[in-house]
Amino acid sequence: MLDPKIPEGPLEHKWRNYQTQARLINPANKKRLKVIVVGTGLAGAGAAATLGELGYEVECFCYQDSARRAHSVAAQGGINAAKNYQHDGDSIWRMFYDTLKGGDFRSREANVYRLAELSAPLIDHFTQQGVPFAREYGGVLVNRSFGGVQVQRTFYARGQTGQQLLLAAYSQLSKMKRAGKVAVFARHEMLDLVVIDGRARGIIARDLVTGELKRFAADAVVLATGGYSRVFRLSTLAIGCNGSAIWKAHKRGAFFAAPSFTQIHPTALPQSSDAQSKLTLMSESLRNDGRIWVPTKRGDDRKPNEIPEEERDYYLERRYPSFGNLAPRDISSRAAKERIDAGHGVGPLKNAVYLDFRHAIERLGLDTIRDRYGNLFTMYKKITGVDAYTEPMLISPAAHFSMGGLWVDYELMTTIPGLYAIGECNYADHGANRLGANSLLQASIDGYFILPNTINNYLEQLLSEGEAPGVDHPEFEKAEREVAECITRLLSVDGRSTVDHFHRELGKVMWQECAMSRNRKGLESALVRIAEIRDAFWGDVRVTGTAQEMNGDLEKALRLADFLELAELMCTDALQREESCGAHFREEYQTPEGEALRRDDAFAFVSAWEYNGGSFRLYREPLHFEYVQPTVRSYK
Amino acid sequence: MKVTFKIWRQEHASAPGRFREYEVDGLTPDMSFLEALDFLNELLVIRGNEKVIAFEYDCREGICGQCGLFINGRAHGPHDQITTCQLHMRSFSDGDTIVVEPWRAAAFPIIKDLVVDRSALDRIVEHGGYISARTGTAPEANAILVGKEVADKAMDAAACIGCGACVATCKNASAALFTAAKINHLSNLPQGKPEADRRVLDMTRQMDLEGFGNCSFTGACEVECPAGISIVNIAEMNARGIRVMGPGTDKK
Ligand SMILES: Cc1cc2nc3c(=O)[nH]c(=O)nc-3n(C[C@H](O)[C@H](O)[C@H](O)COP(=O)(O)OP(=O)(O)OC[C@H]3O[C@@H](n4cnc5c(N)ncnc54)[C@H](O)[C@@H]3O)c2cc1C
Ligand code: FES
Repeated sequence: MLDPKIPEGPLEHKWRNYQTQARLINPANKKRLKVIVVGTGLAGAGAAATLGELGYEVECFCYQDSARRAHSVAAQGGINAAKNYQHDGDSIWRMFYDTLKGGDFRSREANVYRLAELSAPLIDHFTQQGVPFAREYGGVLVNRSFGGVQVQRTFYARGQTGQQLLLAAYSQLSKMKRAGKVAVFARHEMLDLVVIDGRARGIIARDLVTGELKRFAADAVVLATGGYSRVFRLSTLAIGCNGSAIWKAHKRGAFFAAPSFTQIHPTALPQSSDAQSKLTLMSESLRNDGRIWVPTKRGDDRKPNEIPEEERDYYLERRYPSFGNLAPRDISSRAAKERIDAGHGVGPLKNAVYLDFRHAIERLGLDTIRDRYGNLFTMYKKITGVDAYTEPMLISPAAHFSMGGLWVDYELMTTIPGLYAIGECNYADHGANRLGANSLLQASIDGYFILPNTINNYLEQLLSEGEAPGVDHPEFEKAEREVAECITRLLSVDGRSTVDHFHRELGKVMWQECAMSRNRKGLESALVRIAEIRDAFWGDVRVTGTAQEMNGDLEKALRLADFLELAELMCTDALQREESCGAHFREEYQTPEGEALRRDDAFAFVSAWEYNGGSFRLYREPLHFEYVQPTVRSYK
Repeated sequence: MKVTFKIWRQEHASAPGRFREYEVDGLTPDMSFLEALDFLNELLVIRGNEKVIAFEYDCREGICGQCGLFINGRAHGPHDQITTCQLHMRSFSDGDTIVVEPWRAAAFPIIKDLVVDRSALDRIVEHGGYISARTGTAPEANAILVGKEVADKAMDAAACIGCGACVATCKNASAALFTAAKINHLSNLPQGKPEADRRVLDMTRQMDLEGFGNCSFTGACEVECPAGISIVNIAEMNARGIRVMGPGTDKK
């Protein structure tokens, strides 16, 4: 029943074969077709601009006040591409292999190969659009390395790579807006998907300025709404990041794949109080030169610079000598948690580890370190008041990236015909763990290169049909009514507690039981707790203001209402998967050395969940490895 | 920590606005300024007799540019070159009164309380703030060499986060720093050169049409710019403009 639609032919030819066989649409007909793109991150803005260039009529949405603020803007470290500019043995094949292995063999070979294959042209594309990538004095592009690989294939623009790529995408979107091909609806939040006769036909969005609910109809709907790690409340994501769009699509029939696969980033700033609203990321690129350690003595209260070399445990270098501080994220985070839980944590709340640049500064000089990471050190100082040139940084793991998302086939279409999911909101290339700097890549490639070459294959079939249903179709009316009822219900509870109160409660449960390490008992109790919190929320929340105005309180409540349901599916998924793979670590399944124990005999499949009223039904998409033999993932 | 917030409240664009005072106890120096406002909003919800204060943010790490408050008479608060979300309560003292206002500029109408409409900046970018290169047309990235100095200079200008602090802080409410940053980012790179002349004309024209004031070179903007964009960019933009339009036509 789940057909991933992998094209015929050898791995290297699949994408080309697909393109030669896909149905095409002539320019005159493209004008007659309308596509909705929800999201203006790299995936959404890239797709909307490119579809506009191709001649489609496009409507594009974001909840921020400007398309330029999508959370892609916050990515710091870089973007990978198999250019082999460093002459260090990189190739499409190696990048494909690294990504597949990094994801612990829980993704499709064909998708991952295409990601690697299209990476090099993407760097050409961004360079042409004016991204000021880092350069050598001679004028060629510079690379650095990122976690989980041994070549240098990461391109970057200071510590603001995401910002620069997004501004390029936003500038192309602006160009198409001026050309009249793309309409951008900023400050509009999608609150439901409209499905008519089994096909995606439009959305219901709330105008965040006036509160008005609006209907938008189209021939296809593309979701590019980013990650949902705000389900943990504290995360490296922006405050407005949400799971609502994909959750509503899920409830309308789109399968949700591997919902529990969440990347916990090893190098964020530690939490310091309950009032804290977000955890700031310190780019992984810092691990290129910084060394991570904790005191060998438990509860050591000395200042870091007073702890002598022989009393420092560089635990990543000790446990993973060949990758050291560049071990992949899941492994680094788990190793930090292990040390913190064992009583070696540092900082006021003993919830952090040190990231130390002393040796790097001795070796390379202050100027080089400043040139590479200056803005990150400045940011660190602004937030903590500490100068990391003279004292190690305090870092701690934080929820960061959703590998899970809507299930999509090779064309990036969900299980609802005409509904696509691109970028972080789908489950496609990263498997059970994403490699650093692969996600800007995936979002951009989905948006610029893949979707604009697959959506035609679907839209072409619509041309021979009559008029598409308009916004006065009863399904639009019904969907709008349901959204309105949900809003009215939220506003009328008039209980005693704030939305944030419930979000903090949910976050604690999810962080405790469904983050870096999971077990049956914890997950079962989490499922009970989540249901309790959900009931308490609907019984006792107070949302102020009205529906017909700008109302931040209501926006938060609507997002949390969806997180409270999504959290249940995440725990259900984590419970079902009785193995450890990538970021999904089930304590019951580990080797004697505490490494993940993958069970290919029973779990070499993608879990895709169907919404079934209040429960979820599992479908399995088997993973076939034709070109690569899954191995035990070792970074020792 | 206990402080008094004096906050601008305004129901909607055409409603009259006024300051309201809120005494808030129980804050900690580690809280970010926006977390202190969250805290106040939670108090308002629990007390239940007033709507929450509308203010903007998203990333809360100084990069998206969505936050922006005028605090004690300064854009983004008492420090140079940071965003509001990067400001912490440790910058204030117990017992302080803190005045919080929205950005004030004719081109940024107030939507509600502390929220303003900055879409004028988007429209400036729509008028040439891009390189016209269709997806699929790019040459090999290393085929066009760009010296490190040139790339670095473009990057310095490209770092603008589009928050509008430059406008809010300028006595003329000029968007010259914002516009200049975008123009120089693109026009310094070889890829952006073919359209450089058109770009400077189109973008500066749109800037004027949006109702931003003229730049009189006070330099106030660069002090507040969280991305540290230098006003040298404005001089460079003006020089480009004069080159294209001919001397004597500098319309500032
Ligand atoms: C702090 C941080 C640093 C990172 N660093 C790196 C890095 O160095 N390298 C790397 O490869 N990856 C990095 N990542 C990951 C990467 O940035 C993201 O995975 C990627 O940018 C996601 O892009 P996207 O287009 O899918 O979504 P986003 O950029 O998150 O965009 C989502 C869009 O959807 C819109 N939206 C969401 N919900 C709704 C709704 N209900 N209605 C309407 N609109 C909606 C938003 O307004 C926004 O426009 C980082 C992530 C974080 C958080
Ligand atoms: S919230 Fe993004 S810059 Fe302040």
